[in-house]
Amino acid sequence: MIKELTKGIFKENPLFIIVLGLCPALAVSTEVINAIGMGAGVIFVLLGSNVFISLLRNFIPEKVRIPCYVIVIASFVTIVDMVMGAWLPVLSRNLGIYIPLIVVNCIILGRAEAFANKNTVGRSVMDAIGMGIGFTLSLLLIAAVREIFGNGTITLFPIPFLQFDGIIRIPGLSSMPARVLGLSSGALFVMGYFKALFNWLEQKQKESAANSLVEPVIQEQ
Amino acid sequence: MSYVGIIITFVFVENFILSRFLGLCPFIGVSRKMESAVGMGFAVIFVMAMASIITTLIYNYLLITFNITFLKTIVFILVIAALVQFVEMVIQKNSPPLYKALGIYLPLITTNCAVLGIAMIAVEKEFNVFESFVAGVSAGAGFMLSIVLMSALREKFETEWIPKPFRGMPIAFITAGLMALAFMAFDKALLKNLLG
Repeated sequence: MIKELTKGIFKENPLFIIVLGLCPALAVSTEVINAIGMGAGVIFVLLGSNVFISLLRNFIPEKVRIPCYVIVIASFVTIVDMVMGAWLPVLSRNLGIYIPLIVVNCIILGRAEAFANKNTVGRSVMDAIGMGIGFTLSLLLIAAVREIFGNGTITLFPIPFLQFDGIIRIPGLSSMPARVLGLSSGALFVMGYFKALFNWLEQKQKESAANSLVEPVIQEQ
Repeated sequence: MSYVGIIITFVFVENFILSRFLGLCPFIGVSRKMESAVGMGFAVIFVMAMASIITTLIYNYLLITFNITFLKTIVFILVIAALVQFVEMVIQKNSPPLYKALGIYLPLITTNCAVLGIAMIAVEKEFNVFESFVAGVSAGAGFMLSIVLMSALREKFETEWIPKPFRGMPIAFITAGLMALAFMAFDKALLKNLLG
């Protein structure tokens, strides 16, 4: 059970390892708060669709399964869209068309097809939470890098009674930030370098695993 | 907005891939070979043109009339999925050579955010049917422009030495970032100067 939860965060991280759900990830990662909002939306939709699809897995006919999944996912996305529009209008305006576009986020359909329609509700819930958190954390990482170095700030929720306007300004960086990271090309750069970093880590892990396999052979000789 | 304005906006200023990040998955996935990039580009233009007409018609004449605009996400994605399936069947039956060229790309397009994206943008900007058709074709042309440029660059990479962790996807992202920087030259000021 726990393995289903952690695999989404590290080993099968949707954004950096499998590279799914790129469009929303890169487009909304200009501010940390947008990343949190998008992550929350994706976790909710993923959880809802995984539970529903795993409950209905014995009723949905094999041939029309994809349209069925899409309807379930689109319903949950509509809920997110309406709730955000009603209670968080600023966030909803910032995220714009990327909220309805959660429907075509390949992570959600991918999990429905690859996991929820074969597994029990409990395991699907764990899988959804793990994948959702993995996606949100990677999104936060990209957004943090882009906002801290591109604008010198970290935007969070404003808290009125603490006189906190929701923006942490980083001394030194906010006066002369590297603006390019805030632009659309910055998102692609950050994503490229992170993917390279993860490739490098994976390669290193493989090499060390290969070495530990070779060693006992040498000892036997 | 004039039609010329719409065309310039969607091909260059708000290029779907390089400034809005819509359709990034096929952009990274299908841009290894020039041939497949061209095929994918034409398939996307075709589907986006059809999808933008049909979704605008449905939105303006059905959803608004019955006051059920909150259902747009569900309706649009179903219409697009059905449309792609339908187009695939029609092409397969009537034009086997075209099917051979576009066939394998068509199913991929349902999950292409660009198609749902253009439908949503047309609603957001309150385009009429013809405007949204023009927007769909130009957004598709913008997609094709960047994916073809990208595939030409990536074909060159195959003969170049690249550090091992950067091979494949990472270098593609970084190249796309540099392309996006170049596309910054087309900004809203250009549009204003051109059209007054």
